[in-house]
Amino acid sequence: MDFSFSEDQNELRRAARRFLEVASSEDRVRSAMATERGYDPGLWEQLSEELAWTALTIPEEYGGLGMSYLDLHPLMEEMGRALLCAPFLSTICLGANALLLGGTDEQKEIHLPRIAAGETRLTLAYAEADGQPGPDGIEATYLKNGAGYVVEGTKHYVLDGHTADLLIVAARSARSVGREGVSLFLVRADSPGLKRAWLPTMDQTRRLASVELHEVLVPADALLGPEGRGWALCDQTLDLARIALAAEQVGAAEKTLEMSVEYAKVRHQFGRPIGSFQAIKHKCADMLTMVESARSAAFYASALASQGETDLTEAASMAKSYCSDTFFHCAAENIQIHGGIGFTWEHPAHMYFKRAKSSEVLFGDPVFHRERVAQHLGL
Amino acid sequence: MELQLTEREQAFRKEVRQWLVEKLDGPFRHLRGCGASGDQDSHVDERIAWGKVMGAAGWNCIGWPKEFGGRGCTIKEEAIFNEEYVRANGPGRVGHIGETLLGPTLIHFGSPEQQRRFLPPIVAGDEIWCQGYSEPGAGSDLANVQTKATLAGDEWIIEGQKIWTSGALHSDWCFVLCRTDSDAPKHRGLSYILVPMRQEGIETRPIKQLSGASEFAEVFFDGAKARKDHVVGGVNDGWKVAMGTLAFERGASTLGQQYLFQQELEQVLEVAKLNGASKDPVFRQRLAAAWIGLKIMRVNALRTLEHQGADLSREALISKLYWSNWHRDLGKLAMDVLGPRAELIEGPPYELTSMQKWYLFARADTIYAGSNQIQRNIIGERGLGLPKEPR
Repeated sequence: MDFSFSEDQNELRRAARRFLEVASSEDRVRSAMATERGYDPGLWEQLSEELAWTALTIPEEYGGLGMSYLDLHPLMEEMGRALLCAPFLSTICLGANALLLGGTDEQKEIHLPRIAAGETRLTLAYAEADGQPGPDGIEATYLKNGAGYVVEGTKHYVLDGHTADLLIVAARSARSVGREGVSLFLVRADSPGLKRAWLPTMDQTRRLASVELHEVLVPADALLGPEGRGWALCDQTLDLARIALAAEQVGAAEKTLEMSVEYAKVRHQFGRPIGSFQAIKHKCADMLTMVESARSAAFYASALASQGETDLTEAASMAKSYCSDTFFHCAAENIQIHGGIGFTWEHPAHMYFKRAKSSEVLFGDPVFHRERVAQHLGL
Repeated sequence: MELQLTEREQAFRKEVRQWLVEKLDGPFRHLRGCGASGDQDSHVDERIAWGKVMGAAGWNCIGWPKEFGGRGCTIKEEAIFNEEYVRANGPGRVGHIGETLLGPTLIHFGSPEQQRRFLPPIVAGDEIWCQGYSEPGAGSDLANVQTKATLAGDEWIIEGQKIWTSGALHSDWCFVLCRTDSDAPKHRGLSYILVPMRQEGIETRPIKQLSGASEFAEVFFDGAKARKDHVVGGVNDGWKVAMGTLAFERGASTLGQQYLFQQELEQVLEVAKLNGASKDPVFRQRLAAAWIGLKIMRVNALRTLEHQGADLSREALISKLYWSNWHRDLGKLAMDVLGPRAELIEGPPYELTSMQKWYLFARADTIYAGSNQIQRNIIGERGLGLPKEPR
């Protein structure tokens, strides 16, 4: 494994930063935050059509660029830094990954080119009322019905669920428990019997929705992955999404560190910049220590994923737990270092703080992931 | 998770491994694993003899340029060597202060005469060095050094006291930071002087640490003598040299160190499984966090080793703060996992278990070689460009 970013990856990062500084400026983010949709469709068009970000990790045979998961890493960091509001994590890191991991050739041929072109937005509806990323909380059911299936139930905490065109829904067969009996279905958002609603959230830069499925009929070819053994596919998909989210958290955490450092250099009290006081300097030093370590954790997981490693449990949980803690810590310290101004609506510190909390919980919180590592260690 | 190795590096690893296995199966067999952190005062004479065997085979100072007796190894090769050394359970190296601190300093700042006189015996393992920096009134504020050196004819006469001097008892030489101009501002009047330890004017008193061992000492200079030309980097220019010495640590030893840490963590996991602590959800969280922390430490190190360029990368700047905190926390975790048993030592008068040794010694990790507070200053000022404290 090579432990540094390539020159191409660094260039991708620079280009992404230049673009997002304008396209996802604070003003633009605040505008998106105020809408129910949660993102600017013009921006989505730009980043899929002009920049081809949606095509990046999709193989060339399906109209993508065939780049690696590690190539995506710097891009995710930049999206986090800019608090980009867009259904990217849901469409690419959940949706496209699930298709790549478990889709039939036909399913890939139908969906991936449209995803690469930015025409189809996807999400994965795995969680229900308890919000946990495990199979036990899945109560939605499916039944064989002629050549297809009937899906019934309510999904919760669905990332960008109210705007996605296609939802990958986890449901279980009657009377099954745990991992057994779980299947994934590609369900069109306009299917009769499907109702969805935006769930307003504290973090306004990311959208969650609830999705009700009442006797929703899906055809046989909507089954994604093996019937009854879909949890493994769901979990593998989540692991890839966790790794991308971890990279996003690193970029956002680093941005809060930079905000703190900039402020600590110019804000004067007692006749000197507050950054010259050890009380502030040491906070920043700890933030940097965590940010670079978080980058190591996410980098390692991204690199492993791009090598085609199939069991990403340990690396993904390592990255997700450490990067979550790091982003939350840095975003909180950023408010403290800014003092009163950091507590205002006007200052962007709260936007990062709220994104840190929502990201921490998304796809499993640090406690969940450390427990997963403990199990991996045979404890 | 490994370094990417070229064929040459792989061959190098093999060569190191073979040599170590062969030699450590021989007469030095009983030294395996001794002299690590917390155990540095055991079998010192035999470890010095071992250092000479290593020197004769060309395994000391491998990172030094060939012209100075080294092998000209890259930082990666050094890291490989250190990793293999720890894997082979090699004894703690008595000559490391000479190899990692004084040698690079002389290569950078020393005169050709000084290099000719002092480098070869370090490479051969014949002369052991200690570092004379800290004083009772000059710890983190190193520039406050009060030990005085006065020129009398061809000799410096030294008066004063050093403290926390590791390995002082068995060292042949000491590089001593002395005040040579009392009127100059405090950073300006210092000189870096090479002083022979075995002389009348020096008295060394071991200090008993909280672990009961004595790895460091107080060194009293009462009319101690050094040659006039044994000043490194010019009279009153010692601050620059002393700071240079601290900058030569580039992380070659990190992989070896992490291998030791991993062995310690595995011991803790083993105990937790045996005594049932591993079923407790709080311990599960802490054990997993320790594991994650160690893995990240390894990636940090691998990133540092692959960093191109002469500047110190940000990963390198955070290294000391990160590992010392991690190790201190592991010591605490080990004792917590042991529960009431943690209290029971091997026996009187104060024979500790190996876990207790590294638990206690880890309290020093966050203090020596730049305390955590100093590390945070360095990270803040060099890594983030924050303004210095007004002085």
